[in-house]
Amino acid sequence: MTKLLAALASGFIFGLGLIVSAMVSPSKVLAFLDVTSPSWDPSLVLVLVSAVIVAALGFALGRRRTAPLFAATFNGPSNRALDGKLLVGAALFGIGWGLVGYCPGPALVALSLGAPAALVFVMAMLVGMGSFALLERYRAARVGS
Amino acid sequence: MMEGFTPYSAILGGALIGLSAALLWIANGRIAGISGIVGGILAPARGDAAWRATFLAGLIAAPLLYRAAGRALPDLTMPAPLMVVVAAGLLVGFGTRLGSGCTSGHGVCGIARLSPRSLAATSVFLITAAVTVYVARHIVGL
Repeated sequence: MTKLLAALASGFIFGLGLIVSAMVSPSKVLAFLDVTSPSWDPSLVLVLVSAVIVAALGFALGRRRTAPLFAATFNGPSNRALDGKLLVGAALFGIGWGLVGYCPGPALVALSLGAPAALVFVMAMLVGMGSFALLERYRAARVGS
Repeated sequence: MMEGFTPYSAILGGALIGLSAALLWIANGRIAGISGIVGGILAPARGDAAWRATFLAGLIAAPLLYRAAGRALPDLTMPAPLMVVVAAGLLVGFGTRLGSGCTSGHGVCGIARLSPRSLAATSVFLITAAVTVYVARHIVGL
């Protein structure tokens, strides 16, 4: 129960951060990504730097503990390979992000506020995620047979 | 020059995002990466769906309470046409799963953990996003 409350609080604070920082606004994000424009908006640099500093303090606190407060183990990523999947995936994500100014978190928050484009984006995003899951299952089945 | 620059709300909003990531890690030992949390719900391992669902419930509740409190919302207008939104959604969904993360998982948590994978991924998606905006706005003229 405490685990679920912590997740709820974390999600809530995350959503608040996305609104306060205006990352839910496609035009704000695109104004940041438009780096050659004379009206370039560097706000998102500060969002990222500020978020990274506070998160890094959290991860530093975590390193002093053998386990998290409400779970048995820390469940961080174990993969260390700089492989093609990572780089191609990041490149495709960047293209999508640059086309409309939505990444997954802001799209969900904008959807919650009733933005029509966010509904279309999130549906397409779920189809994209689902097709990746299907592809992985297909590949796993081929390797297994 | 820089007429839209909003440094204070950017720093405050960023700190909240960082706090959320710190809380989820220290409390539950999980990475606050939105694409991973959503993607993990599509094919959840046993006992792994509930925390993801409550995180997303909190994420979705935040803007509603913010609006109910009478605070002004950022401009939510989507400048891109609908077909572009569909294409972008597909790319973001597939790309974040293939690349194991998005702006939050790689950009915030990964860089805070000094993960070489996340530093590489964040550099790549920032560059391809900026190039995409350059091509769309200054070459194609969208």
